[in-house]
Amino acid sequence: MDIEQLQKLATLSRLNITPEQSPALAEELDNVLRLVDQLQAAKTDGIEPMAHPLQIDQPLRRDTAAQPADRSALQNIAPATEAGLYLVPKVID
Amino acid sequence: MHNLTLTQSIAGLRNGQFSSRELSEALLARIAEHNPSLNAFITVTAERALASADHADQQRVAGNAGPLCGVPIAHKDIFCTRDVRTSAGSKMLDNFVPPYSATAVERLEQAGAISLGKANMDEFAMGSSNETSYYGAVQNPWARDSVAGGSSGGSAAAVAARLVAGATATDTGGSIRQPAALCGITGLKPTYGRISRWGMIAYASSLDQAGPMARSAEDCALLLREMAGHDQLDSTSAEIAVPDYCGELNQRKDLSDLKIGVPSQYFGAGLDDGVATAVREALAVYESLGATLVEIELPNSALAIPAYYVIAPAEASANLSRFDGVRYGYRCADPKDLEDLYRRSRSEGFGDEVKRRIMIGSYALSAGYYDAYYRKAQQVRQLIKQDYDAAFNQCDLIAGPTTPNTAWAIGEKSSDPVSMYLEDIYTIATNLAGLPGLSLPCGFAQGKPVGLQLTGRHFDESTLLQAAHHYQLNSDWHQRGPEEFCQ
Repeated sequence: MDIEQLQKLATLSRLNITPEQSPALAEELDNVLRLVDQLQAAKTDGIEPMAHPLQIDQPLRRDTAAQPADRSALQNIAPATEAGLYLVPKVID
Repeated sequence: MHNLTLTQSIAGLRNGQFSSRELSEALLARIAEHNPSLNAFITVTAERALASADHADQQRVAGNAGPLCGVPIAHKDIFCTRDVRTSAGSKMLDNFVPPYSATAVERLEQAGAISLGKANMDEFAMGSSNETSYYGAVQNPWARDSVAGGSSGGSAAAVAARLVAGATATDTGGSIRQPAALCGITGLKPTYGRISRWGMIAYASSLDQAGPMARSAEDCALLLREMAGHDQLDSTSAEIAVPDYCGELNQRKDLSDLKIGVPSQYFGAGLDDGVATAVREALAVYESLGATLVEIELPNSALAIPAYYVIAPAEASANLSRFDGVRYGYRCADPKDLEDLYRRSRSEGFGDEVKRRIMIGSYALSAGYYDAYYRKAQQVRQLIKQDYDAAFNQCDLIAGPTTPNTAWAIGEKSSDPVSMYLEDIYTIATNLAGLPGLSLPCGFAQGKPVGLQLTGRHFDESTLLQAAHHYQLNSDWHQRGPEEFCQ
């Protein structure tokens, strides 16, 4: 994995990777990819991919009113809120 | 009092030998004495615990005692606990105090259990040694310079050191069974869907499952009975009746109708000789109890780790995208724009192993690699499940070592992630197939505990618990504890 690829992954993952961290991290990720590359030897022609361990149907519940979430309890733990809204840095000038 | 099992504690409380306050105070005193070095707890909730203990004592007098009334336990810090900080072992959630509790926590509370605090764990359950925790490694009570295993290392160490008789934990690739093995206790990962995941901080949603840790199968049955069952808040929790695990423990007179499959793949290269010997001796005990051993094949088991390290990181990269510094958890100082807020909050809030797994997941899911990695891993997952389906035509249970080695030294493998991943070689396939698995103590190698792993059919935890219970009626490994903590 080269530094450019690593930076692309960091962007996809919304992480910052400094130039000092890059070589060691690239090597670690390469080691993991070498491990998972063992998969390529498996014969999987015609095998249905398995996303989930159980065949569960989507369960239905009774159509009755439930308690709405308590907004103030959920926002009390937010880093910054105002008038029931979450605050983030300005997005549009 | 600290040497009592859950079952014995319940009997003592019921007979009035001691009150819940007395039992809780005794255990809290031990936590205060030992936790500064063991580091099994991230948060100790002494005041709340004693208030709950007093309430439990009143309930008992009033004749309203639930099945676990007044019994102290600990919760892995991955379960949301209302008004009690829930960190998931991460700086990201160091300030997170959830406004609600996980369903598993609520059900144990309703049964009367008392939480003494939140147990240490690998960050977001990503690790096999508890060393990735933001709060530091947990010491193994049997060998203080060794790891307790992970990710549920705090729960395992707390139970082994007699700080509590039982604890909750979670298992995505071995995180209940592996630390149970390394700490010489009994731990059960139920079938995927057996226990609600509501309020359990997600790592890999198609693999994560909660379960109990205790010092015997009998005690695990007590906890499982309360934790299990469908929950409207988790659509993947199964609508399948919960059996009376405790009542069914002694259903079998002996094990003469039980066929135990022994996979040849689990006794090959990489398995420590001492571990192999202890496990083979345990299998001989099963034979002497009437069980029949049959050799089985799990031909794709070597592919379980590679498949897991695509599937789990892929799911983790999606699950952990919610940590953005906006709604809860860590936020970086003075973000210059929204992108900076996301990237710096995540870079400063997550530890190295979590970042690695997020990036591996992003890689496996990104355009051009999806078929080669993610789809391929899901196909291999299907092959692994088919191996088990075939094996369970020949046997009722599968038995083998839980781990290839006993507990290693703290720091020994932390600079080489892949060598750490290989320690989960025998546990991971069970999660991929969604099957229940249990680890129970079966001896020692190099003076450290060895675990025997039993794997069962979907939703057949009862047979696992019965088989473990029969072994424990005929052996005393589960009663042994680290000398320092048993006095």
